[in-house]
Amino acid sequence: MRKARRSMLFVPGDNPGMLSTAFVYQPDSVMFDLEDAVSPREKDSARLLVFHTLSLPAYKDVERVVRINRLDSEYGLKDLEAAIRGGADVVRLPKTDSAEEVHELESHVARLEKECGCRVGQTKLIAAIESASGVVNALSIATASTRMVAIALAGFDYLVDMQTKRSGGSEPELFYARAALLHAARAAHIDAFDVAYGNVDDDEGFLREVQIAKQLGFNGKSLIHPRQVYLLHRAYAPSEAELMYAKRVIAAAEDAHGKGQGVVSLDGKMIDPPVIKEAEEVLSRADVA
Amino acid sequence: MMSTVVEQTQQESPKPEPQQFAGAYAYTPHLAAAETKLHRKFCSSLDEAIKRSGLQDGMTISFHHAFREGDKVIMTVVDTLAKMGFKKLTLAPSSLLNCHDPLVEHIKNGVITRIYSSGLRGKLGEAISNGLLELPVQIHSHGGRVHLIQTGELQIDVAFLGVSCCDEFGNANGSHGKLSCGSLGYAKVDAQFAGKVVLLTPEIVPFPNYPASISQDRVDLIVQMDDIGDPSRIGVGAARVTKNPRELLIARRAADVIEHSGYFKDGFSMQTGSGAASTAATRFLEERMSARNITAGFALGGITGAIADLHEKGLVKTVVDVQSFDSDAAKSLRTSQAHLEISANEYANPTSKAAYVDRVDVVILSALEVDLDFNVNVITGSDGVIRGASGGHCDVAAAANLVIVVAPLVRGRIPTVARRVATVVTPGESIDVLVTDHGIAVNPKRPEVEQRLRDAHLPVMAIQELRQRAVALTGEPEALEFTERVIGVVRYRDGSVIDVVRQVKS
Repeated sequence: MRKARRSMLFVPGDNPGMLSTAFVYQPDSVMFDLEDAVSPREKDSARLLVFHTLSLPAYKDVERVVRINRLDSEYGLKDLEAAIRGGADVVRLPKTDSAEEVHELESHVARLEKECGCRVGQTKLIAAIESASGVVNALSIATASTRMVAIALAGFDYLVDMQTKRSGGSEPELFYARAALLHAARAAHIDAFDVAYGNVDDDEGFLREVQIAKQLGFNGKSLIHPRQVYLLHRAYAPSEAELMYAKRVIAAAEDAHGKGQGVVSLDGKMIDPPVIKEAEEVLSRADVA
Repeated sequence: MMSTVVEQTQQESPKPEPQQFAGAYAYTPHLAAAETKLHRKFCSSLDEAIKRSGLQDGMTISFHHAFREGDKVIMTVVDTLAKMGFKKLTLAPSSLLNCHDPLVEHIKNGVITRIYSSGLRGKLGEAISNGLLELPVQIHSHGGRVHLIQTGELQIDVAFLGVSCCDEFGNANGSHGKLSCGSLGYAKVDAQFAGKVVLLTPEIVPFPNYPASISQDRVDLIVQMDDIGDPSRIGVGAARVTKNPRELLIARRAADVIEHSGYFKDGFSMQTGSGAASTAATRFLEERMSARNITAGFALGGITGAIADLHEKGLVKTVVDVQSFDSDAAKSLRTSQAHLEISANEYANPTSKAAYVDRVDVVILSALEVDLDFNVNVITGSDGVIRGASGGHCDVAAAANLVIVVAPLVRGRIPTVARRVATVVTPGESIDVLVTDHGIAVNPKRPEVEQRLRDAHLPVMAIQELRQRAVALTGEPEALEFTERVIGVVRYRDGSVIDVVRQVKS
C-alpha cells in the first residue's frame, strides 16, 4: 500500500540529540538538513553525522530525505555523495529554479549510485521551489526526472523574491505559487508539500495554514517542529465515514482479486481503479484517526 | 469488641482522682477573664509564639509544603530559632524544595541535626548527599509520614503551620484569603498530632472562619505574619503546561494506554501527578472522555488546574484534594462543592482506617529512573545526588489498579531505563506500565494489560528492549561511585526501610 507523504520533519544535520531521536515523532518523512540549518563551519561535521544517522535501524519506517546544499556551492557534491553512500531514500534539492538543475542532480546521483554499488534509480528526488522563476518553471521541474516524487514550496525565499511578506490569515501572497505548484505536481503525478510554518509556538496559526493547504490539495507540509507532526496528521485524518467507505472499497478489491475477477464492484456499482487508489490513500492517513 | 478496647484503655491509663469543686474556673483560669478567654492565642511576634510553645533544644518541629517553591514559613521560623539560640532540632516538614536551600547554614551551625522529609532538592539535597548531616535523612512518602507519626517514631513537638486566613480561635484554611495555597492536606495531620500548634497567618478574619480545614480545638497559638508564601510559585517546576514535543508525545501515549487498558470506563477514578507529561496527559484524556461519553467518578491527589478544568466541564464528578498544585486548583477548591479537601491520612496512609488511594483505578506517575524489574527511583539523580521527593509515589502505586509511569527514555545523555536503579523508592511489583517516547513496556505480571495494548496497536516492547535502545543511543554509562556512609534512609509507606542512599564519592 502507498505510504502517505503528509509530514516532512526538518532535523538540523548538526544536532545529534535530534538526529538520534526524531523518529519517535513518527513523521512520514524526516529531512536531515545540511543546508540552511547548518552554519558553514559545521557543514563537515553535520555531513558526517547525517551519514551515520542514515544507518540507524530506528528510521526503517520513515522516509529518509537529505537536503543537500546547492550543487554550485562548495558543499553540494560532498553532501550528495554522503547522502547516496548513506542510502538516503530521497535527496531534496533546495532553491530549484529550472529543470536543468534537476537534470544535473540526476546525473550525479546516477554516477554515485553506480560508484557505491546501489541500484541505479533507487534514490528519489524532491525539488524545493523558492523563487518566482521556480514557480513559473514548476511543471518542467516536476517532470524533469522519473526520480521526482514531490515538489515543495519554500515560502520564505519565495516571498523575498516576490518583494512581499507573510500576511497571516488567508495568505493571498502565496496563492499563485501554491496553485502553480499543485497543478505542476498533479500534472506530473507526484506529491506536493506546502510551506513550513515558522512560528512554532502558534499551534492555532499552524492549523489554520494546514487547513488552507489541505483544502487546496497539498499532500502535506514541510515541518520545522516535532510537535507539528501530530497536529498535521490529526488535521489530515479521514473522517469516520470516509474511513469506513475506504475499508469497504479495499475489502471489495481484495475479494475480487482473490476470485480472479477483473472488475471490482461494491453495492452493485463498479469501482474504478482511481477509487481504489483513493481508498488506499485514505487508509494511509488513518494512523491517528 | 468495642468495650474490650475501652476496658484496655482504662486499665492502661491511671484514672484521675475526682477533685472537690472549687469554682467555675478553678481548673480553667484562662476562661475567667474575657481577654484570656477570647484572645489568649494571639502572639505579638514569632519569638513570643516560640517561647510560649515550650519548644526546647532537641525537640521536633514540623511544617507543611503546600506553598512549594513559594514557601516562606520554614525559613522564617528556622532563622528565628537560630537567632534565639536553639540547637539540635529535628526538622520534620512534609517536604522540602529548592527555596529551602538556606537550611544548609542551619545544619552547619547545629540548629538542625535531624531531618524527616518526603524530599530534598537543590543545594540542600546536594550538601546532604555529600555528607553534611551527621544522621541520615529519613525520606518518607506522604502516606508513610502519617504512619510514622501515628506509630510514635515521628513525634512532632511544635508544628508551625502557614495558613492564608484564620480567626482568633484558630479556625483556619488555605483556600481563602490573598495568599491562598489551596488544600491544607498535610497541615491537617500536623495539627492533629503535634504537641503544640502554632498558626502563622497574614489575615485574621472575623469569627467563626469557615471552612475550618484546621479547627480551633487543635490550635494553641497564632502569629500574624504578612508573608507566609508566594502563591504564584506553587506551580513552579511542577504543574506547567508543556509545549515540549517529547513530553507531549509521552503524554499522548499515556492517554492511549489508559484508553485501551480496560480501566477506561464511566465512573473510573484517576490520579495524575504533577510532572509536565502527567499534566499534559490529563488534557489528552479530556478529548477521549468527551468522545466516549465517559466521566470520572473522582480525581485524587495533588490537584492541578488541568484536573480542576475537567471538573468544571463535568468530566470529573468529584475532586479529592490533598494538595493544590496551582492557583486554578486552589480556586476550584474554594468555589466547588464537589472539590473536597482531605488530610494526608485520608489520602494515602496505609494504616489509616480508610485511604482514598485504595479506590484509585488509574494513576500516572513520573520517574527519574526505572529498572528492568520496574523498580522506580524518584529521589536520586543520575549523579547519585538527592534531587527529588518520594511524595505519594509508592502510596498510590501500591493501591491503584493500573499504575503507569511516564519518563523520557533518555535524559541528557543518561538512559532512564537502568539495569538497576540507584535508589528504590517504589518497588517494581507496584508498577504496571512504563510509557516512554520510544515505546511502552508492560510488567510481565500484567499480561492481560499487555494484550489489550497490543490489540490497540500501541508500541509495546519488552523493558529490556527499551533499555537496549537507550544504550544504543547513549552508550553504557559508567557506574556511580558511592562511599560506604549512609546519608539517607528511604522508608516505604509502612515504615519499613526499602533502600538507603549513600554519600556520593566526590
